[in-house]
Amino acid sequence: MSDTAVADTRRLNSKPQDLTDAYGPPSNFLEIDIFNPQTVGVGRARFTTYEVRMRTNLPIFKLKESCVRRRYSDFEWLKNELERDSKIVVPPLPGKALKRQLPFRGDEGIFEESFIEERRQGLEQFINKIAGHPLAQNERCLHMFLQEEAIDRNYVPGKVHALASHCVSGCAAAKLPVVSLPST
Amino acid sequence: MSFFGFGQSVDVDILLNDADSRRRAEHKTEDGKKDKYFLFYDGETVSGKVSLALKNPNKRLEHQGIKVEFIGQIELYYDRGNHHEFVSLVKDLARPGEVTQSQAFDFEFTHVEKPYESYTGQNVKLRYFLRATISRRLNDVVKEMDIVVHTLSTYPELNSSIKMEVGIEDCLHIEFEYNKSKYHLKDVIVGKIYFLLVRIKIKHMEIDIIKRETTGTGPNVYHENDTIAKYEIMDGAPVRGESIPIRLFLAGYELTPTMRDINKKFSVRYYLNLVLIDDEERRYFKQQEVVLWRKGDIVRKSMSHQAAIASQRFEGTTPLGEARTPGPLSDSGNRQCSEKMDKTTTEESAGMDETFALQRRKCA
Repeated sequence: MSDTAVADTRRLNSKPQDLTDAYGPPSNFLEIDIFNPQTVGVGRARFTTYEVRMRTNLPIFKLKESCVRRRYSDFEWLKNELERDSKIVVPPLPGKALKRQLPFRGDEGIFEESFIEERRQGLEQFINKIAGHPLAQNERCLHMFLQEEAIDRNYVPGKVHALASHCVSGCAAAKLPVVSLPST
Repeated sequence: MSFFGFGQSVDVDILLNDADSRRRAEHKTEDGKKDKYFLFYDGETVSGKVSLALKNPNKRLEHQGIKVEFIGQIELYYDRGNHHEFVSLVKDLARPGEVTQSQAFDFEFTHVEKPYESYTGQNVKLRYFLRATISRRLNDVVKEMDIVVHTLSTYPELNSSIKMEVGIEDCLHIEFEYNKSKYHLKDVIVGKIYFLLVRIKIKHMEIDIIKRETTGTGPNVYHENDTIAKYEIMDGAPVRGESIPIRLFLAGYELTPTMRDINKKFSVRYYLNLVLIDDEERRYFKQQEVVLWRKGDIVRKSMSHQAAIASQRFEGTTPLGEARTPGPLSDSGNRQCSEKMDKTTTEESAGMDETFALQRRKCA
């Protein structure tokens, strides 16, 4: 039996790529920024909120742009909901910093600028990791967290299904318009 | 039983008649070392001499019989006491008596069946050897000589390509294609990955060759997975419509032929594992079995006549059946869920890394 000296290693034929696919925007655009921390309230009742701005072209998200304000306990709520309802391994949140909440500290405690910045970074990593997770993307709690003005803690947990049509911000079904930044 | 034990008075050696012309092949020993052994094929005759050299020429050696055996056996490491002999031939060389001077005894095992390839693995070993035994009242003198057996196949008649669309609903849809389903050990895997939908942020893609050694039967089946190769085929984020080529040369890796249900004791199977990794280190994979077979070398003049016949013998591997397995493919241990995804942990995932099996979408 004769042996071919060299194996045929030519590439398999493939369809040429459509130019709009090659040069158009990718279908996986998803960016969430956490910025503009603001401390509200006075004295013991103070807390810090962060702006959570999302931009995306993923069809699973109703709004292609959204902007909401959230505080640390809202992130904790989201983490708990996902740990209970979804199958994902939920990434860790930046620390609760209980020590910083004790009295008689030399610094501003949890309102210290450097701490807030550290926390902001941790929250940004956390939310980006979750929002990009295929198994978390259809959880109602995530959509509510990112795209509804307020979190309704009495909501009914469940799954979201992608809309058939692409909906840019301001679609009729949403009674949740893009929230504008409050002026300081 | 002693091998050149305490106060041994005789040196025993086994010599093959065609030692000068017979090829040797490298084979790994249990402790990972590589040694060379005489190479035989199914059907070849094993002939030679057992030579006895008396250490003290004046001292006679009394014995209860001298014999030589040709043995093929399977040894499971967790059950060392039980050797499963699937070939056992014996030739008596001398009746009980005395050996007064150094001498050699000829033997020949004609056209010996050697149905399986020699294999040394993680939990099981299949070996062939000659064993010469001088029986004595207190302790026998034994000498063993291992040989290596290769099983050869020829180009399979049916060798369809493997082509499948898989993915995670609404997140990632790809179509992968491998040019064949059966590859010989020096072959090249030529294929491509075509992206239909990319809604996740992929960082890179690799293809791994996984060897799975399965031992045991029934409820005591044990799989040992070993990643033989990891080969990156794409670095960066693909978009819809892109086609990534695969060209993987098998000759560079330590591979054996696919061995299925050998003597009902063990199997060695190979899988191509296509893995996509996203920017959060989540892994998406599709495993596909490929059959590996050993091609006979070009017949050389120096090979014995029988070896020449053996290498040309049209002994195909057992029929594979469908190259594509029907239905959603899942590894053993997968959690089947009605959700759009199947999440499983494999040897690949370590710690917090999440791993997802790509499900079959439709027949391509």
